[in-house]
Amino acid sequence: MSDVLSAPHRLEYPYRRSVGPILGRFLAGLREGRIEGIRARDGRVLVPPQEYDPVTAEALDEWVPVGPGGEVVSWAWIAEPLPKQPLPRPFAWALIRLDGADTSLLHVVDAGAPEQMQTGMRVTPRWRDERVGDVRDIQCFVPVAG
Amino acid sequence: MTDEPVRSIRTAVALDYRYTPGLAASRFLRAVAEGRLIGQRCPVCGKVYIPPRGSCPTDGVPTEEEVELADRGVVTTFCVVNVPFTGHQIEMPYVAASILLDGADIAFQHLIQGIPADQVRIGMRVEAVWRPRSEWGPSLENIAHFRPCAT
Repeated sequence: MSDVLSAPHRLEYPYRRSVGPILGRFLAGLREGRIEGIRARDGRVLVPPQEYDPVTAEALDEWVPVGPGGEVVSWAWIAEPLPKQPLPRPFAWALIRLDGADTSLLHVVDAGAPEQMQTGMRVTPRWRDERVGDVRDIQCFVPVAG
Repeated sequence: MTDEPVRSIRTAVALDYRYTPGLAASRFLRAVAEGRLIGQRCPVCGKVYIPPRGSCPTDGVPTEEEVELADRGVVTTFCVVNVPFTGHQIEMPYVAASILLDGADIAFQHLIQGIPADQVRIGMRVEAVWRPRSEWGPSLENIAHFRPCAT
């Protein structure tokens, strides 16, 4: 109905959240181009690291370098990315188990087409040139041969 | 220094809507664009609502009769705002007030200026200060604020 007005309305929340000491060190590592996990009491290496053991709830502090390469455990293809998503072209959200880790990191794989995606495929990070200490310091992961 | 842990991250959220005020409020806003304030009267209880919503919340009937209201009225309650917040656009302190226009039965919100914040009181007579006509659009921002008046 032409009688009814309408207007764009943007609702914005400028949140900033504190990350705590463990994620704080993890993100500082990303800024330096380094990925670190943390060892749980049962010996598993958690990436991203957790502040407390998921089973015993004890504080964790044994850092373990992991990656940078890893393996896609699971993925979902995004054929039509939304404006604020990490890449302006089709990509995959993927759970990636980095070498040396026992858990998976949710990140982006820039594979070009869903035919290029496969569970178990090898990927490696593509780092941003300017890093600030954020999970997006890894722009995305890219497939590697073999 | 470069190994200093990250303390916090920005996690901004933005939601993009297209807001549609509905037929009654659209007519109200079009009238505001011409410098007129239009309310609607309930055919059952006779109350005049502004801004109009197209129905009476008490009687649940459509409100079709339009009533032109004066751009002056009385302060029914107010709040002196001293605390800045992200995105605020008005100089502190300022007064947000509920204003009951003459002829209306419900107050609406606007700013009171032209008087020190600590001298605003309930019951004070106020009148609209309109922005220059060249700046008018379909928005209550056409009224810059309300200021005290004699009658």
